[in-house]
Amino acid sequence: MKLLGLKTFRHGVHPPESKSATSGLAIRQFPFAPVLVIPLVQHMGRPSIAEVQEGQEVTRGQRIARADGFMSVSMHAPASGIVRRIALTPSISGRMVPGVFLEPYPGSTQEIADGTPCPLETATAEQIVAAIQDAGIVGLGGAAFPTHVKLAIPEGKSVDTLIINGVECEPYLTTDHRVMLEQRDDLFMGIRYLLKVTGAARAIVGIEANKPDAAEHLRAGLPDDLPATVEVLSVKYPQGAEKMLITALLGREVPSGGLPLDVHALCVNVATTAEIGRLLPRGRGIQERVITVSGPAVERKGNYRIPIGTPLRFLLEEVGVADDVNRVFLGGPMMGAAASTLDIPITKGTSGVVAFTDREAASTHRHVYPCIRCGYCLDACPIFLDPSQLGILALNGEHGRMAEEQHLMDCFECGCCSFVCPSHIPLVQQFRIAKRTVRKAKSAS
Amino acid sequence: MSRSTSTLEIRTSPHILSGHSVDTIMFNVVLALLPTTIFAIYAFGLAAVLTLATAVGSCLLTERLTGTSPQGSTLGDWSVTITGLLYGLTLPPGLPLWMVAVGGVFGVFVGKTLFGGLGLNTFNPALIGRAFLQAAFPGAMTSWVAGFAPGRFVSLPSSTLTPPLSQPIYDGITGATPLAAWKFERVATGSGELALGFVSGSLGETSSLLILLGGLYLIARNMMSWKIPLTILTTVVAFSGALHLIDSERYATPWLMLFSGGLMLGALFMATDMVGSPMTAKGTLIYSVVIGSLVVVIRTWGGMPEGVMYAILLGNALSPQIDRWVRPKLYGAPLRGRG
Repeated sequence: MKLLGLKTFRHGVHPPESKSATSGLAIRQFPFAPVLVIPLVQHMGRPSIAEVQEGQEVTRGQRIARADGFMSVSMHAPASGIVRRIALTPSISGRMVPGVFLEPYPGSTQEIADGTPCPLETATAEQIVAAIQDAGIVGLGGAAFPTHVKLAIPEGKSVDTLIINGVECEPYLTTDHRVMLEQRDDLFMGIRYLLKVTGAARAIVGIEANKPDAAEHLRAGLPDDLPATVEVLSVKYPQGAEKMLITALLGREVPSGGLPLDVHALCVNVATTAEIGRLLPRGRGIQERVITVSGPAVERKGNYRIPIGTPLRFLLEEVGVADDVNRVFLGGPMMGAAASTLDIPITKGTSGVVAFTDREAASTHRHVYPCIRCGYCLDACPIFLDPSQLGILALNGEHGRMAEEQHLMDCFECGCCSFVCPSHIPLVQQFRIAKRTVRKAKSAS
Repeated sequence: MSRSTSTLEIRTSPHILSGHSVDTIMFNVVLALLPTTIFAIYAFGLAAVLTLATAVGSCLLTERLTGTSPQGSTLGDWSVTITGLLYGLTLPPGLPLWMVAVGGVFGVFVGKTLFGGLGLNTFNPALIGRAFLQAAFPGAMTSWVAGFAPGRFVSLPSSTLTPPLSQPIYDGITGATPLAAWKFERVATGSGELALGFVSGSLGETSSLLILLGGLYLIARNMMSWKIPLTILTTVVAFSGALHLIDSERYATPWLMLFSGGLMLGALFMATDMVGSPMTAKGTLIYSVVIGSLVVVIRTWGGMPEGVMYAILLGNALSPQIDRWVRPKLYGAPLRGRG
């Protein structure tokens, strides 16, 4: 559907964008921490298998862990240095996961090791998919789903449109915005690789209207032989969600429980695409990523290219934080996960680090009232669920009924319902808990 | 990081909220009712002050004594203050105060507490209180002390202070409401008088313009659905207008319908009560058309001159069912009828 001439999806919310503090700041290289911790689980899927031993020297860009099967990716050394130990490290999920503790050499030039190139012209689709897996590429928008798994299109399915997701609808985050402005050639190269793999006839880059400079910049540089267009969308959260973006651009609805492939579409984030275009020609792997560090508690806000494995504590000390820092979360404020400790490392899925002071944190400490059936959540839910009814069922512990009668499993936890609820009912939190119990019950039976 | 003892707070997303809150919405509804309240006091003087105070007081007290919440007093959400004020504004000036109190207690206890409190009350508690009085004291509920009496700020109508459990005696002039004048005598009131409120009627239903002003304030602050009042009022004008075109002798003008009785107050402040109205967009539309049509049907063919109260109560009763009928299609679900 269209709103004021710009395409968009139905429902959703308009949180304050809070992007102006960093949207104009160029990407800057971040220093190496004294110790980098590279978790072997940074993606959805099986943990990678370490290929280095304690005490071993590694070169920046060298592969240090290989994929364990198809649902897994490789890992690469973010710095030249020495592996001090391989041990458990805390992660954002709260679980301890195995990680490689790497001590960068202070005096090293930190040259990046090239691997076996995967040239666009000669590589087959299968070779490109394998190269993407070997480059350790996962969805950099935040989901960290292995990109090559998405690209392995099963027999009988086809893609007519490749969608490059430059929406970045989460408040505060400006990484995709900067990548589009500063890595245009990488992005176009990545689109070429993806078009070749998917066999799609065309690519559409979807960008929200709050980034007109990025849309203009991409349009101005579009090569004539690249079948790609740039589409500006009206600003609305959660337009960056795969399903919403497909509906906004193509008017197609991904079937409940299905995949974008079911409507002949495939969605890849701009930063992920740019990494494919940057890494594959030189056979390199991901060893750093662009992250927006922002929020009222951060002193030197900005967009930084940060080595994977940089501890959150080091990162915040480098940028400086206010004395009354209260809450730190990875990702944006709508879906980001709050850190329970600063000893967790930055991973491939970290698109942003946002820090709140006591003041912003306190604004979410609100008295919970009973549901007054205002219906705000029904108008906000992009999936057209009834969060009010789901909330009432959750309160009664009726998780099974939530799934069977109210389509609980279609909820992708965008947070719109909690955002608008004037009774401040923690709806999304209740739905997450319910989804877990439903999944557990399903796997048990 | 200088605060070495600092702790991190863990909360699940979202980490920002829209800022809407039940208590601020409800408080603003009270604010929006103030112009109407002040006009009621200006028109009916001391009687209005005492009636409104008794109405609000009896509702607050009942909620305080019977309302239960694990978090303590429920008065802080302002919802029962609205109930009390709205209830008071629907009453005839000069209604004995003991009756006012009885209706207030009944409305909150039966209309709200027994249903489970805020959010679970099927019906608008203010209208439950009024409906009870209408059934119990039909005479007193249709006796209208005329407004703008010369001594209204120093003296009370004799009926106001009637001792409990006895029937009131009306000494002054009791006027007919514009709707009753039309229904029983076929006398049409001028639309200027109607809009400005220089007519007989309940405390808060006389000045349509001030009610509209309060409603517009809430709509502007995104705290009230504009669809409900607009649809109700449009339905009333269209339906009664069509009737008037057919036979202007028998059927009142749409302007009389629009600006008289409790329609404005009901359409803007009672039908819009979030708890009793549907949650879906389509449901809201159906609900509003049902209420608007019922208002005209009851006023035209019913035994009473006014029907807003029963129209809204019926609309409240239908709301959950309407929502079930028009439930929107889930994103990505096959269209109905195809599976």
